[in-house]
Amino acid sequence: MTLSILAVDDSRTIRDMLRLALTQAGFCPSLAEDGVHGLEVLSDLEPDAIITDINMPRLDGFGFIEAVRDQERHRATPILVLTTESAPELKARARAAGATGWIVKPFDPDKLVRALHMVAGPGATT
Amino acid sequence: MTSPDPMAEIRASFFVECDELLEALQDGLTQIDSGDTDAETVNVCFRAVHSIKGGAGAFGLEDLVKFAHRYETVLDEVRGGRIAPEHDAILLFMRAADILQDIVRNSRDDVQSDPATVEPTLKELEALTGPLEEEEIDAADFQPMALAFDLDFDATSEGAVDGLPTFEIEFRPVRELFQSGNEPLHLIRALTALGTATIDCDVSAVPPLEDLDPEDACLGWTVRLETDRPENDIEETFDFVEGLCALTISNISDADVLLPTLPMLPPLPDPEDAIDETTNPEFPLPDLMPSRLTLVASETAEPTTASNSDSASDIPVSTAEAPLPPAAIRPTPPATPAAKPVAANATVRVDLERVERLVNLVGELVINQAMLSQSVTESGIPTNSPVAQGLEDFMQLTRDIQDSVMMIRAQPVKSLFQRMARIVRESSASLDKSVRLVTVGETTEVDKTVIERLADPLTHMIRNAVDHGLENADDRIAAGKPKDGCITLLAAHRSGRVIIEVSDDGPGIDRARVREIAETKELISPNQTLSDAEIDALLFLPGFSTAKQVSNLSGRGVGMDVVRNAIQDLGGRVAISSTPGTGTTFTISLPLTLAVLDGMVVGAADETLVVPLGAIVETLMLRKEDMRTLGPETQVLRIRDDFVPLLDLGAELGYREPLSDYNGSVVLLITTDDGVRAAMIVDTIHEQRQVVIKGLQDSYGHVPGIAAATILGDGRIALILDPVDLMTTAKGRTRIPHTCLDLAG
Repeated sequence: MTLSILAVDDSRTIRDMLRLALTQAGFCPSLAEDGVHGLEVLSDLEPDAIITDINMPRLDGFGFIEAVRDQERHRATPILVLTTESAPELKARARAAGATGWIVKPFDPDKLVRALHMVAGPGATT
Repeated sequence: MTSPDPMAEIRASFFVECDELLEALQDGLTQIDSGDTDAETVNVCFRAVHSIKGGAGAFGLEDLVKFAHRYETVLDEVRGGRIAPEHDAILLFMRAADILQDIVRNSRDDVQSDPATVEPTLKELEALTGPLEEEEIDAADFQPMALAFDLDFDATSEGAVDGLPTFEIEFRPVRELFQSGNEPLHLIRALTALGTATIDCDVSAVPPLEDLDPEDACLGWTVRLETDRPENDIEETFDFVEGLCALTISNISDADVLLPTLPMLPPLPDPEDAIDETTNPEFPLPDLMPSRLTLVASETAEPTTASNSDSASDIPVSTAEAPLPPAAIRPTPPATPAAKPVAANATVRVDLERVERLVNLVGELVINQAMLSQSVTESGIPTNSPVAQGLEDFMQLTRDIQDSVMMIRAQPVKSLFQRMARIVRESSASLDKSVRLVTVGETTEVDKTVIERLADPLTHMIRNAVDHGLENADDRIAAGKPKDGCITLLAAHRSGRVIIEVSDDGPGIDRARVREIAETKELISPNQTLSDAEIDALLFLPGFSTAKQVSNLSGRGVGMDVVRNAIQDLGGRVAISSTPGTGTTFTISLPLTLAVLDGMVVGAADETLVVPLGAIVETLMLRKEDMRTLGPETQVLRIRDDFVPLLDLGAELGYREPLSDYNGSVVLLITTDDGVRAAMIVDTIHEQRQVVIKGLQDSYGHVPGIAAATILGDGRIALILDPVDLMTTAKGRTRIPHTCLDLAG
């Protein structure tokens, strides 16, 4: 079984890169453009992990994480935050919102994959 | 990380995205400047710059990251309400957006950006926020890399019996760890990937089943890891759970040798406290931070060679079958069916070449359909027959397809207008004029090729308007006008053509001065009578320049004649209208597309030709009494008290000699944009229709008087005339010269 990942980012470039990195790692990515779209996609998806950007239109990463955590079936789904800043307060805020971990943008595909395994288990690729 | 192709593709798409983001940024700034600010507008600007930075980081575009970061920081301050978006600040932001665009372009083309243009603005941005800590834009932040930490490890690895350092990791999660979505099982598994691990689980804190809170954390683990990886990697594994667990990492390689078998001490923290600890989440972090960093062998160390602990309270757990801790609340994720494709983007990027091909094919289809119609008509099938009616529907469909395909190439002129906004900013700044640009109808769609080829002439017109069109502030105030000059850029669709207007609210064209210059330059003779429109049209003559001093802006040796030629190449016209005291307007009129043309199909000496409809003012019947002889071979035609040169299409193109009698012939009154008119004699008018333009230039080069060719419904090729070219090269032979007549007797 491969890991199914929902990735939410408003930048097409980052989405493309996430898709590429995740596909190459043998994961099954689903993509969304912002928080609202992410919740829509999530409604018919049972991802093993979620990756989300913070700065997004309509619904930002913090709001998205809170909304995901409010859903009973996703209260423990691993959520990784993509951030350009590794500032401690940003991490603290992400965690306060319910994030599981974070990845500093621009991400290194290997690190991304490792981080995903760290929060979502091995899937079929390890 | 991957084969170059997908990354190159993403890189290309990144720059496309940058253009979109820059456009959004410009829009946002314009909106803020107009005073129509809400929090979301600032957010949009911030996100645009932020996304550019994010992508740039991914491709290692340092210049771009650096500038975007500084810019973003300032916008973040605006977003946070710490900097007010004053007009001056917005102007700076607009300049910064221009420079950001330059850096994006340069990065795309792998050109180093000139620090001389970047630095001043960078400094100005910095002045708004105060200097940034260098650390924030530290490259390490953007280029994650694994660093090998040697530090004290040399000593320890030398000391280790088996050559590999051994670490003992004690890990005891608290309740919040599970709430954050973390899972000890995965963490431990990730740890085992680093080397050879022996794992002990401490279940001593697990209460009796009836008291068990399924969401509580009751287990602790001790992992002995034999690895050649630096301690950093181990710490990194626990990065996400920092503060959510009690954690100690100790290097016990030396202890191996020094301390033989020692019984395992109760894991830290004391089991008694473990339960309290869950109610006190702040507890672990401050206490454990120092101990994580100590490399001194802990007393609790136990030989790595022992695979099992002899402590009764410890249960050996092999990695592979580590059970889910009771506190784990996460259900095993069910096998998800292949993730459904996320709704595709609303836009598709297509190679322009493919679109061109489609346009050509549709052109062929139109021709083919016309040929089919013609042969159906010729075969005498009645018009009410199913064939004829089916053909009617086919025609309708073909026209729809054609329109749709043309729409693919259509783009809003907005991007073009934004480029012009920048030209206005730059040229007004260098002339020290304060100029406002108002754009109207930026959603008007125009063929992409037209937009691209319009950029240069429009740039020049805008520069001209700023430089020559607008007076300086003092003169404006003296004339009772607002201090800031205003340039209006308008786009609209009018009667099947695209209209683009550049207007200024300056003093209007100084006609006396234009005349004077034209006379000095001997472009006109001193006593020539000229109407206002004719004087204005002098601006389009080659080498004309009204500026008393050649400024460094418009005086680049490019005159309005070049502008006019560029627009004519696009099948367009340009006209001037000017009112003294209130301003000047240049109007460009362009065909909607370069692929299809509305034309009048005419006959001349058994040849079929197409005259662009836009050039035809009217059609009339020639009456002998309106003709006046002008020269040995030329004549003029009187049309409502105006005399217009007469030319015979058949004779001009060399199909035949001029006729001796033109009475009753069909005449097309054709005009160029500057109002020069001519009466063109044709033999017949067949019909008025859309024709698909087929270029001739590739095969034949420039043919005088001919713009292109088309294929008619009967499959024959017809030439499309270029009326302007035809008029300038026309010999005007409409009479057999007298000598011939004399000879004829």
